[in-house]
Amino acid sequence: MSVAPDASIPELDVRRLLCPIPVIRTQDRVKTMVPGALLDVLATDPGVLNDLPAWCRINGHRVVATDRRDGTIVVRVEVGGAAS
Amino acid sequence: MNTEQVEIRPGETPPRRRRALALVSGGLDSMLAVKVMQAQGIEVEGVNFYTGFCVEGHTHAIRERDRKKPKRNNALWVAEQLGIKLHIIDISEEYKNVVLYPQYGYGAHMNPCLDCKIFMVNKATLMLRQAEDLAEQCAADGDGFDFIITGEVIGQRPKSQLKWTMPLIARESGAEDRLLRPLCAKNLPPTLPEREGWVDREQLHSITGRSRAPQMALAKAFGLEEYAQPAGGCCFLTDESYSKKLGDLWQARKRKDYDLDDILLLKIGRHLRPRPHFKLIISREAGETEFLQGYRYQFSSFEMVSHGGPLTLIDGEFESEEEALWAASIVARFSQGREAEEVTMTWQAPKGVGKLLKVKPMPADDIPKEWHVGGT
Repeated sequence: MSVAPDASIPELDVRRLLCPIPVIRTQDRVKTMVPGALLDVLATDPGVLNDLPAWCRINGHRVVATDRRDGTIVVRVEVGGAAS
Repeated sequence: MNTEQVEIRPGETPPRRRRALALVSGGLDSMLAVKVMQAQGIEVEGVNFYTGFCVEGHTHAIRERDRKKPKRNNALWVAEQLGIKLHIIDISEEYKNVVLYPQYGYGAHMNPCLDCKIFMVNKATLMLRQAEDLAEQCAADGDGFDFIITGEVIGQRPKSQLKWTMPLIARESGAEDRLLRPLCAKNLPPTLPEREGWVDREQLHSITGRSRAPQMALAKAFGLEEYAQPAGGCCFLTDESYSKKLGDLWQARKRKDYDLDDILLLKIGRHLRPRPHFKLIISREAGETEFLQGYRYQFSSFEMVSHGGPLTLIDGEFESEEEALWAASIVARFSQGREAEEVTMTWQAPKGVGKLLKVKPMPADDIPKEWHVGGT
């Protein structure tokens, strides 16, 4: 599913970083957010396409959509009720 | 699942379910350790520590030839299979002391396995205590962890998993007898969870030795069909070639130190050190080129113009333009123009403007094997 750019949604830039740093940075960022908030994670490591959904499932968050923009993978995460 | 019934009299609080914090590496042993605990009704959460040296599917997946390998973090995948929460914690900065100054020395390569295990169990112990403190503060009994489990097996690893290192790890980490190794517990003195009756010692195991057969049999008994089988562990420091590159880095810089970018770059490309004061990091294919592109703001680089070829980062400084031309001729050897009379490439400073260089590729025989750090 495509991720329409939305200036109101905060971005987390983890491009060039390798597994598992994108997940760690997302984990740390999500801790500061409220349930229901959205976060766009920008990555280049293709592993995020598996890891972020797995991390979300384990911790009660949700991947709303994923997309590719100019070589960047965009994963939109919705913070769940029980932020880890 | 253990479904033992407990009689609760009126006015009594039901006994709370005991909780364990598991060190989850992503391999089979830690996966089994969790399964053994879950089978006894213990509630488990996992913790995975990121050191920077972890071997993961997608470190390899940077390379085109490995694109078919699963691009997944094994610890996360394991946690999901086990149905447990996983805390991934970046300890890469603190971990430097373990790599640089291991109290118990290195293994066959640069692997400080015993110090590493002590460090990780110690971190888990701190989490256990923090959780206990938090539970006391909130008066919410039940949120803390009662003990730590690991997938350690006596005799499995030559440096860190030996009969004499087991009590050492428990003692030095501060975990003491709150550290339980479900896979080999019956070969060790009973721990607190066993003595207190939280865990039934009879249902624990007595696996020893390097053979993986007992673990595979146990996996089968639990119905686990898929699991990671990392050869030689899940850490780059156990790898001979990687360790040589790290040693070379320290020698060239005349100090034992590194940062995260250093250790990531040691995983990528062909590393050549033709002179003590500079090293060439040459991409081997498109995936690596793409990855190294991200470092061009930090390093000088060579990029082929006239022919297809690698992107090269220059770690160090050339002493003269002649030396830059000479280094460029080495790099040209690894391009599609290797047989050409002349090739063109750019030499670009970090964030700087490119300068065109024209060179004749160096013949293969003129590139000694010794320049290849950690092998070709």
